[in-house]
Amino acid sequence: MEGYAGGVITLLAINCIAALGVSLFTGFTGVFTLGHAGYMAIGAYTTAILTVEYGVHFVPAIIIGGLMAMLIAYLIGIPTLKLVGDYYTIASLGLGEAIRLIIENWQSVTRGARGYPGIDNYTSMTVAIAFLVVMGIAMFFLVNSSYGRVFKACRDDYVAASLLGFNTARFRVLSLAISGFYCGVSGALLGGYMSFIQPVMFDMAKSTELVSVVVFGGLGSMSGCLIGTTILTLVTELFRPISQYRMLIYGLVLVMVMVLRPEGIMGTNELSVSYIKGLFCRKKKISATEGGVR
Amino acid sequence: MSAILELKNVNKSFGGVQAVRDMTFKIETGELAGLIGPNGAGKTTIFNLITGVYDVTGGDIEFKGKNINRLKTYQVISLGIARTFQNLRLFTASSVLDNVMTAAQRHYRYSFFEALSHMGRWKKMERAAREESMTLLERVGLADRANQAAGTLPYGLQRRLEIARAISLRPELLLLDEPAAGMNAEEVEQLNVLIRDIHKDFNLTILLIEHHMDMVMEICPHIVCMNFGAKIAEGSPDEIQRHPEVLKAYLGEEE
Repeated sequence: MEGYAGGVITLLAINCIAALGVSLFTGFTGVFTLGHAGYMAIGAYTTAILTVEYGVHFVPAIIIGGLMAMLIAYLIGIPTLKLVGDYYTIASLGLGEAIRLIIENWQSVTRGARGYPGIDNYTSMTVAIAFLVVMGIAMFFLVNSSYGRVFKACRDDYVAASLLGFNTARFRVLSLAISGFYCGVSGALLGGYMSFIQPVMFDMAKSTELVSVVVFGGLGSMSGCLIGTTILTLVTELFRPISQYRMLIYGLVLVMVMVLRPEGIMGTNELSVSYIKGLFCRKKKISATEGGVR
Repeated sequence: MSAILELKNVNKSFGGVQAVRDMTFKIETGELAGLIGPNGAGKTTIFNLITGVYDVTGGDIEFKGKNINRLKTYQVISLGIARTFQNLRLFTASSVLDNVMTAAQRHYRYSFFEALSHMGRWKKMERAAREESMTLLERVGLADRANQAAGTLPYGLQRRLEIARAISLRPELLLLDEPAAGMNAEEVEQLNVLIRDIHKDFNLTILLIEHHMDMVMEICPHIVCMNFGAKIAEGSPDEIQRHPEVLKAYLGEEE
């Protein structure tokens, strides 16, 4: 499957990787972010420069791109995540823009606002899906481990978490670093898919989109964020023929979910056999009680 | 016997308000002690000072002979202190089992990469942590509700869950902040039995804050009574009940 459908699937896989990262940080650790597009930009530019200027093979280049984003996230996290509350969120607002502006003005390295052309078209559908599968499984494993329980504890009640002996600041920084890695890799794959990157691709709107898919899918549900990304990516693609109105529909879908299901599509549930069974059982119970009333 | 916890002239002020004044007392290893006093006397502040939620303004707090004044909360916990809260602090959205496992897992560690790949020690350690947690839940009578969300438990059971979670840290000193708050007489009776049992079975030293006078008098041989941030009496239940300052604090002064 190549051509348009293949392209949509590739893009979807790329978006899903970024969403997994944001979901860990916002959904599981409970810190809002409005600047994660900045980490995507770091990953994208690092990988682009490595492959184009230094001829590095794309796989190690993508991983180095992710690690670079992880390093920056870590350095930013140390001072801002020590404090509990919305400090990181406020910082992230400026941060995303700062990264974009640095890239825009650091002409000698990034070629500035006109963008970075000539990137090898290394992100085929197979590559994107392979990255998504490996990183997706690792993320599901991570949240189902002792680390996942600590992240959730930090989100639900940081005082209680610290009174169970956890250095909550350290875990918040860890969570940010991991999510930075995911976003960095996603950005690197995006560069290889488009073969051209430009600072404006990683602006405030992209950051907001990353958080909105996670909220849409359900804070605290990894499968939810994947479903959310799928729906929102497909909405923007399916309605491409009526391009003027598609953002209207995008907005409508978001508002509908917020009104009908404020906890997001999945809430904090994961998509599993028992969840689906539970869904059907609940429906049966409801119809049974209705029958009783009649 | 040696003192496991010692407060020496501990002071704490919030701005101009002196919440704790020259507090001095000692808890011996293995004791089951009570800390009582009218509302606003500063009892919970003492717990917050011990666990490093607040920093002391003056004086010293020693745990097993080591000064813990400047330690962060998570460092105090790793020394072997655990506490519960007056107004519960459970992870309400997580399951009962996960609440306990979050605490119990500190004894069953594995590396980050084992967590990412579910290889190596992951399986063994997770199973061991789960088994220990289940044993504790059975102990407090919550095993059959292990998969329920903690927030949906009845109030009395949430209190028990918090105690189970604290014990799973395997502390030497357990601080219980009003464990019987909001319980009826029957529940208090069951709680008394539970506290006595865990005190004995887990080799714990327990310091508890309580408003139910009869409960404290019944289970605590050693009681510290405070009012307006200062200690006004210390001794056995009999001594406390007869102490003129205690009577004054609770019943008011005779004309």
